[in-house]
Amino acid sequence: MTTSTVKTQTSAPYWAGFRDGLPFILMAAPFAMVFGVIATDAGLTLAQGMGFSVLVIAGASQFAALQMMIENASIAFVLLAALAVNLRMAMYSAALVPYLGAAPLWKRVLVAYLNFDQTYIVSVARYEKRPEMSVAERVAYFFGVATPIVPFWVGMTMVGMLAGAAIPEAWALDFIMPIMFLAMVAPMVKSLAHVAATCVSISVALALVGLPSGTGLLIAAGAAMLTGALVEMWMEGRRK
Amino acid sequence: MTYSDAQIWTIIAILGVGTFLIRFSFLGLIGDRPMPSFVLRLLRFTPVAVLPGMVAPLVVWPPATSGALDPIRLCAAIVTVAVGIWTRNVLWAIVAGALTLYGAMGLTLLL
Repeated sequence: MTTSTVKTQTSAPYWAGFRDGLPFILMAAPFAMVFGVIATDAGLTLAQGMGFSVLVIAGASQFAALQMMIENASIAFVLLAALAVNLRMAMYSAALVPYLGAAPLWKRVLVAYLNFDQTYIVSVARYEKRPEMSVAERVAYFFGVATPIVPFWVGMTMVGMLAGAAIPEAWALDFIMPIMFLAMVAPMVKSLAHVAATCVSISVALALVGLPSGTGLLIAAGAAMLTGALVEMWMEGRRK
Repeated sequence: MTYSDAQIWTIIAILGVGTFLIRFSFLGLIGDRPMPSFVLRLLRFTPVAVLPGMVAPLVVWPPATSGALDPIRLCAAIVTVAVGIWTRNVLWAIVAGALTLYGAMGLTLLL
């Protein structure tokens, strides 16, 4: 058996990422299925629903787009709402630069395509914990996290579309997504600065909930990041 | 829904390209040029800045109940956060939250 050095170097982090990505099937599967069900209900064809999940591959914005389409909004508003929901991913993109910025272009293109909440959060947590990882190892880990999630995202969209309206509303699949996000965030709240950022994020988002989809969230996130950074600097200053 | 097939595909295509460009923005254009330390500090707070704000309205005004505060969903959210902070483990938090959600829903069906 011949194994190139590059392969041995990156296969361990790839499979570590794969393992860490596995639990998120629990999230992607029902979420994608719900999207499929709603998409069918709204009148999208199977190809169109699958087009969303393959080309956009961003749950919250797919739901936002569907919601606007159900309300027969103009195409510009459909796009604005859905893209605003995704603006947070610009922050993810920026946050990955220190770790993956030196990777070859084609890898960065692929990472960008696969840069959604779960891959980003899981990967950055790993990079922070293991600063000794090489860029190639980090990329391999990132792809590893995405590998188990993406097929379920796409496949369960199809299942949801085929199952269509047969799924009873009483299943409360809608609330699986909030539970997943809360479960991801809670363990990350590890300092006073994180607590402050979380509180600002929640209160501003709730206060601005009347603004067009995604706008309030964007303002809330900006304010929360600023709060977190300032509280952290203030605490570092006190320790000196 | 009153869009033509072509309009729907236009929405999907622009949304796909636009979302990719958002994700590619910094990673693709800025590359590995060094970033100011305050920017890096800000970015470390992105998950706790974005996700709570995304979830909070869904907890307080769930679309599934047409925006009415739902004690079952609220309990499930609280249990998820509590177990997540306590165990520092994503999976346990998910299991606890889902069990609370479906357990409470099952109970209300029985009672």
